[in-house]
Amino acid sequence: MAELDFAGAVLSEGGTWRFPPHQPLRLDSGAQLENLEIAYRTWGELNTDGTNAILICHALTGDQHVAGTHPVSGKPGWWTRLVGPGKPIDPAKHFIICSNVVGGCMGSTGPASINPATGQVYGLTFPVITIADMVRGQAMLVEALGVDTLLAVVGGSMGGMQVQQWAADYPDKLFSAVIVASASRHSAQNIAFHEVGRQAIMADPDWKAGAYAQGPSRPEKGLAVARMAAHITYLSEPALQRKFGRELQRDGLSWGFDADFQVESYLRHQGASFVDRFDANSYLYITRAMDYFDLAASHGGVLANAFAGARDVRFCVLSFTSDWLYPTAENRHIVRALTAAGCRAAFVEIESDKGHDAFLLDEPVMDAALSGFLGSVERERGL
Amino acid sequence: MIREDFKEILRLVRPGSRVLDVGCGEGVLLDLLTQEKQVDGRGLEISAAGVAACMSRGLSVVQGDADQDLDHFPDRTFDYAVLSQTLQATRRPRHVLDELLRIADRAVVSFPNFGHWRVRWSLLHRGRMPETEALPLPWWSTPNIHLCTLADFLALTEDLDVRIDACAAFAGNGPARQIDPTRTIENWRAETCLFMLSRNPVPAALAEPPATSGDLFDG
Repeated sequence: MAELDFAGAVLSEGGTWRFPPHQPLRLDSGAQLENLEIAYRTWGELNTDGTNAILICHALTGDQHVAGTHPVSGKPGWWTRLVGPGKPIDPAKHFIICSNVVGGCMGSTGPASINPATGQVYGLTFPVITIADMVRGQAMLVEALGVDTLLAVVGGSMGGMQVQQWAADYPDKLFSAVIVASASRHSAQNIAFHEVGRQAIMADPDWKAGAYAQGPSRPEKGLAVARMAAHITYLSEPALQRKFGRELQRDGLSWGFDADFQVESYLRHQGASFVDRFDANSYLYITRAMDYFDLAASHGGVLANAFAGARDVRFCVLSFTSDWLYPTAENRHIVRALTAAGCRAAFVEIESDKGHDAFLLDEPVMDAALSGFLGSVERERGL
Repeated sequence: MIREDFKEILRLVRPGSRVLDVGCGEGVLLDLLTQEKQVDGRGLEISAAGVAACMSRGLSVVQGDADQDLDHFPDRTFDYAVLSQTLQATRRPRHVLDELLRIADRAVVSFPNFGHWRVRWSLLHRGRMPETEALPLPWWSTPNIHLCTLADFLALTEDLDVRIDACAAFAGNGPARQIDPTRTIENWRAETCLFMLSRNPVPAALAEPPATSGDLFDG
């Protein structure tokens, strides 16, 4: 697959990288995945020194279509504000890589894939995966693309978890790292919200203990409810109030349970459009991976130990004032660990009332901070 | 135009050293230090606007509070910790000073001298809180909560058993003047003071004078 993108200016490539047959992906759970495939897209070209590659890590429900047009929804990629010609991450300057995580459902091997051993869809026989497993897969992809050291690895939310894991596991392959609106582990509240989503999926009769692939229907209602609950956590109360308040859909109340309020209709739309592009079992596996993530726990209980090898990596951490899913305190916790480990860290809390979703929305201060950071990193790298 | 106290700090700091600028604002000093002294510079700044400005200059600056966030740096992470015109705005100046000398071998601290004659004049004759060049804001909007005099600061350094390696005074926009801070007259004359401090007794690694010339040690 190759297409002209960005008004014909830059070639966008991508496709699916198949792990060599002798190279199964060993998972934290002890299981291993054979014949693994990772779907990815790239923009721009690797320079002759191999110093301009940037890996972008996507969030829970994101995918490799960070820029360009999404093939399923037809909408622009999820970070076109930051990735594109003239943007902080620019295909004219950078070799941009974005891959769909292991366990995902946009072309990478996940629970909706065929298990080569049985010829059947994995479903719940797919092994439990972790953030570290996702990063291990990305590292193999990046190597296969001929990249030795990444100029930057960048990610928000779950993407930020992957960035931290990169810094812990592959510090020598990183020149810089950008962590946006993330956490080093989930709080009880984070896990609780994810559990609501998982229970909604599993309570749907069409889920059939994960074996819905044979049809005729998928657990769309459960997945939509999971998305609705999660979506509330991505917003802030002031943003919801400003956008919808108690505005009604039509004149007067229905005196029933139709979507009377605009906020209800909005959430129903969010849920309904999500099921078109996401797999319910993938949602279970990826939320589990996020809940299991605890970088300190896997480094003797001290987060700074995780970053001990990353002293030469330049870090940038950004948080948003109204983000209650991954609040500033969680991001500051990462910054303090970086400081204690002697890493070079920049951190700023950005004033915004848009909640966690601010990292995907129009936030000029974030753009300025990110381009300032990447600009200095490029100068240091001699680009 | 470079601030006179920044010029003095530029003179004091060894090229290529590791420097933390606490309360670094928009990063003017850090930028100067990076460009002219090739230091490995970091910053700590309380305002988001300041940090954002620093980041756009490509500086490694963390948004945080000197009162709390110094605690997270390991011992002797830096050669110098700079606290320029910030001590008087901290809640725990004594703790901050102590922390500076834990995380860095040397602390460079500047502050407005509340013992300056204009300040004394304002209080004595007008009975009003002073508004001077060094203390430009009215009492109700100043960020300064722990103002001190040169003599007060000297007493604190004795109390903390801290060695004074150098001391300079500034008045108006004039250049730095090396002073003996124990002389009473200096507590009247100095509008702003700048100290370079180290732990007493001196750590073995610091016993020899800095390799480069041109700083305050040359007298």
